Amino acid sequence: MNRLAGRTRSKRVRPRPDGWAWAGIVIVAAGLLLAVGGPLVAPHEVGAIISDSNFEAPGISTLLGTDTLGRDILSRLLHGARLTVGVALAATVLGFLIGMAAGFSAAEIKGRYDDFMLWLADMMLSFPPLLLALIVIASLSSSLPVLICTIAVLHASRVARVSRAVAMNIAALEFVEVARARGESLVSILVREIWPSTIRPLAVEFGLRLTYSILFLSSLSFLGLGIQPPDADWGSMVRENLNALQTGAYIAVLLPAFAIAILTVGVNLIVDWLGAVSGRSISEELTG
Amino acid sequence: MTAFLRIEDLVVEGRPPSGIWVETVHRCSVEVQPGEVVALIGESGAGKTTVALAALGYARPGTRFRNGRVFLEGRDVLAMSIAEKRDLRGRDVAYVAQSAQASLNPSIPVGEQIAESLHLHQVAEGADATRRTIELLDLLDIPHPEMIARRYPHQTSGGQQQRIMMAMALACRPRLLVLDEPTTALDVTTQIEVLKAIKSVNRDLGTASIYVSHDLAVVAQVADRILVMNQGHVVEEGETSRILDDAREDYTRTLLGAVKPRPSPERTVVDRTVTSGVKPVISVMHASASYARQTLFGTIEREQYVLHDIALDVWPREVLAVVGESGSGKSTLARVMAGLHPPLPGARITLDDELLAGRARRRTRDQLRRIQIIFQSPDQSLNPERRVDDAIGRPLELYFGMSGSEKYDRIADLLEMVGLDPDYAGRFPAELSGGERQRVSIARAFAAEPDVILCDEVLSALDTVVAARVLELMKELRESHQVAYVFISHDLSTVASIADRVAVMYAGRIVDAGYTNDVFAPPHHPYTQLLINSVPALRQGWLEEVINSREAEAGMRSNVMLHDRPCPFRMRCPLVISGTCDREPAPAREMGHGHIVMCQHDESALRAAQNGA
Amino acid sequence: MFKLIVRRLFLGLLTLLAITVLVFLGTEILPGDVAQAILGQAATPETVAALREKLGLNAPPWERYFTWLANILAGDLGNSLANGIPVDRIIGQRIVNTINLALYATVIALPLSLLLGLLSAAWPEGTFDRMTSSTTVFFISIPDFVIAIVLIIIFARELGWFPSVVHRPRWGDVPVALGQTFLPMLTLVLTILAHIIRMTRAAVLDVLKQPYIEMALLKGAPKSRIIIRHAIPNALGPIVNVVALNLAYLVSGVVIVEVIFTYPGLGRLMVDSVIFRDLPLIQVAALVFCGFYVALNISADVTAIMANPRLRFAK
Repeated sequence: MNRLAGRTRSKRVRPRPDGWAWAGIVIVAAGLLLAVGGPLVAPHEVGAIISDSNFEAPGISTLLGTDTLGRDILSRLLHGARLTVGVALAATVLGFLIGMAAGFSAAEIKGRYDDFMLWLADMMLSFPPLLLALIVIASLSSSLPVLICTIAVLHASRVARVSRAVAMNIAALEFVEVARARGESLVSILVREIWPSTIRPLAVEFGLRLTYSILFLSSLSFLGLGIQPPDADWGSMVRENLNALQTGAYIAVLLPAFAIAILTVGVNLIVDWLGAVSGRSISEELTG
Repeated sequence: MTAFLRIEDLVVEGRPPSGIWVETVHRCSVEVQPGEVVALIGESGAGKTTVALAALGYARPGTRFRNGRVFLEGRDVLAMSIAEKRDLRGRDVAYVAQSAQASLNPSIPVGEQIAESLHLHQVAEGADATRRTIELLDLLDIPHPEMIARRYPHQTSGGQQQRIMMAMALACRPRLLVLDEPTTALDVTTQIEVLKAIKSVNRDLGTASIYVSHDLAVVAQVADRILVMNQGHVVEEGETSRILDDAREDYTRTLLGAVKPRPSPERTVVDRTVTSGVKPVISVMHASASYARQTLFGTIEREQYVLHDIALDVWPREVLAVVGESGSGKSTLARVMAGLHPPLPGARITLDDELLAGRARRRTRDQLRRIQIIFQSPDQSLNPERRVDDAIGRPLELYFGMSGSEKYDRIADLLEMVGLDPDYAGRFPAELSGGERQRVSIARAFAAEPDVILCDEVLSALDTVVAARVLELMKELRESHQVAYVFISHDLSTVASIADRVAVMYAGRIVDAGYTNDVFAPPHHPYTQLLINSVPALRQGWLEEVINSREAEAGMRSNVMLHDRPCPFRMRCPLVISGTCDREPAPAREMGHGHIVMCQHDESALRAAQNGA
Repeated sequence: MFKLIVRRLFLGLLTLLAITVLVFLGTEILPGDVAQAILGQAATPETVAALREKLGLNAPPWERYFTWLANILAGDLGNSLANGIPVDRIIGQRIVNTINLALYATVIALPLSLLLGLLSAAWPEGTFDRMTSSTTVFFISIPDFVIAIVLIIIFARELGWFPSVVHRPRWGDVPVALGQTFLPMLTLVLTILAHIIRMTRAAVLDVLKQPYIEMALLKGAPKSRIIIRHAIPNALGPIVNVVALNLAYLVSGVVIVEVIFTYPGLGRLMVDSVIFRDLPLIQVAALVFCGFYVALNISADVTAIMANPRLRFAK
């Protein structure tokens, strides 16, 4: 028993999600669940052709109908969930790890190292991202590792800039100076002092980057340069079934398209809630 | 006689972000007669600014008027339409904000900002407006008004910005000025410039004013009447002389009691034994520092020396004060000693004869333990994400390897030592007041059982009453723990009451150093004289005396020069010897008891000049 | 100021140089043997070796890079691998088509989005602001090809108002072309509109929190003047950046839109040449896109420098 045992400890105040944020949380949770469990419950294999006729209407045997080659759309959507969410998440996490390590260390080490990292990030940011991806894919051809690494590198430069800016603001604060003067190690300063205050702004950035990953991967797949057949993510499903637009069987295109849209809207709803500045800060006379 | 402005039973509510409305100002009444200067005084959060802004019919975001009326020449300001308020603001009632730097639009030349009110209220247009703008700048003693009018705010100095904002407020010759802490952010020497301008405006134009301030000594110079506010109530009201001499309310007397006497040799508490018999614990030699930046391509961008060849000893158990205005380099000196800012090559910093590395990271753990640092801002000095016990416990873990109940018992002791209940251990910094947070910072520093604590403006962000209590605590702890303080401050009165020795810094150099009573008495450096003379006295009439003095006049003449070899103070010095001071570096002169002054004048010349003044 | 601008231009030039290196690396060094690619798998080793010699592929990479760069700078862009037609003849009309489409979208999107963003910021949390912010959150989340597909289904398939395929845009006859490219334009507008609205709103709101805005209010300035004279000049830097960012986004957006609507622009050419690995075409298309992108970023930064008196009068 020490003298502080049994005394009350304050709880951290956490903002509660509002209605829209809850909707976002439910959507994202569902997306993650699909990514994990989707392929396990899918009635058919990804490439299995189960019907002679393409664009079959939804029915008992095929709940959501068949696609351009007579494959089960539901099964392909469920399999596609894992690729879409998995690749986007992997790319974002990888991009964040690289970007944060670069950004935080630049903010704390400063000097030439910082200048160099900043220059590198600026250089990366002055390439149009889609073009960069096209060039990389043109030379290495498309595969999962290439896709994940390309998207991650695209993220890393921006994440590095954002985390550097956030960390610079905090690194200049007095409690970090005190820690430095106390003789804390670089790792301890980054982890104990700087990291906790950066979680919120970086969580917002993570959401934005995740949305971007999903959109970017879908776009590449849509262009035929992302996930290669017979595998499918939602973006390539849209591409495969584009000819449905001519026949009127819109559902084959709209289902994967809306799946992407709902997922990204869900992420953005959470981001909006995290990023919302609480309280009024402008004169009522200006707002009225 | 009907009052010119009458605020009746004003009730204001405030709401923290996403919180509920709470009453913050309770039935306040204020009257201002034509041409009268009324001061609203109190600590932060007392509701002074909120009440003053009611004269403009304005409630800040997050506040609203609940009740009460504000009559300006018989018209109720709070009942006015938005269009009527627009007419009133800037023309009849004008506002001068605390921070001119933030309140001047960075994208508009200052002349246009001044002329804007003239246009808005159709007082003057075109060439006429330009002429009046120049006149206003001239009225406020701004040199080269035509040139300044064309400049953007960032191209003007801090004192100028504050006077430009005065000119802006005076453009339409309003009958009431609301001044919101107009000199709080300024150095004492700059404060005199602005106070002088305010005083002459009140005298020459007969403008009535509401002067919001926390500083009784400043208010004593400008106010006819004082209203003391505490937690949303007006607690006492009266003529300035009556409040100063014969305060009736306890709270007013507390405020008056917290005002420190002006620095003078008689007020000092010097212990001359601190430097005898032992060796200095920290010794700094040839310390220079700059914020030069090396870029990727190896070039050095704009080298700016902030410390020039500093030599300084810190003796065990002493309080060594380092004083100077903002930008004098005193905080950088503390950072150099703490290993937070590496000095330029050639510097030699020792701790008990052990050479210290320039960077904290290269010092040994024990060296680090023996020097602790406490910073200014209660908002920043504690990690908002970590509880109090975590903050205080960290040095215990790091330096003494404590853990478990040993650590927690020690944390409880340390909290009690700084006058806090051990219950505070589980709280987050956001749940503590500014003074309490500063106490936690002190406990954290003492947890390391250091030999020297570097205190960088530790009291300046606190209200006077709170600051006085923290200062008492620091004095007690120094006695009980036998620790030395390096006390960085711009506040000479506080320094006089705690320091054994003083080093006065100007433009990155120590220009005057010695025992406090020696430094604060002539003969001393002309800059020390200027600093001491610029500290307002808690009596009426001080400002009139000082603005006519030679020192103040010279002090207002120019800005600080950081660079060159000769005496950096020569542009503002009343005793400048042209041909000498601007050519040669000032020599170090010994004035007895180890009192060193960097000046071309010798002891007798300084004594003659300064005793006469 | 000039120092800042010159430095920015220099950086831009450096970036362009880096882009040429990257493009060269990506297209000439990494993908294996160009000679093999030209001649196909059936070629004998002798003919491949001869072609390698002829193309100068045996020289060290840096030498080949400078030869390549010198050729590009001299206007010799090479021939397409697919059909042997000189690249400059293929891309000329494509560039014009792409620029026309992007311009069409910009002219509509820019004034509209800036206005909507300002209106949202002028009455934050008002009905209009709530409406726009909940609409925009959906539009920024939806991929451009999804927007395009929905537009095609509604306006081309069901209503039949506009064509869904633009094989030959007739930019010689502007009214016709505007109708032809209405859906591609609308897709591009919808993708950047929401971004600009949101970011303009945020930039202006940020400025409106500053003490000098309160000062202007207390000088008796009306709201319109506060926003136009006091807020906008200070928000200009961020707004210009937002606009540049989104125009730059058009570079990506246009690629996808051109593919969906089979519009004969540079973007579709780029995608096709990536699929067929037509290297000279990829190189030139990538350089054109990157050059445009870099130029856009530079002009945004220079505008931001000019708009900010602190930078304009920097020493």
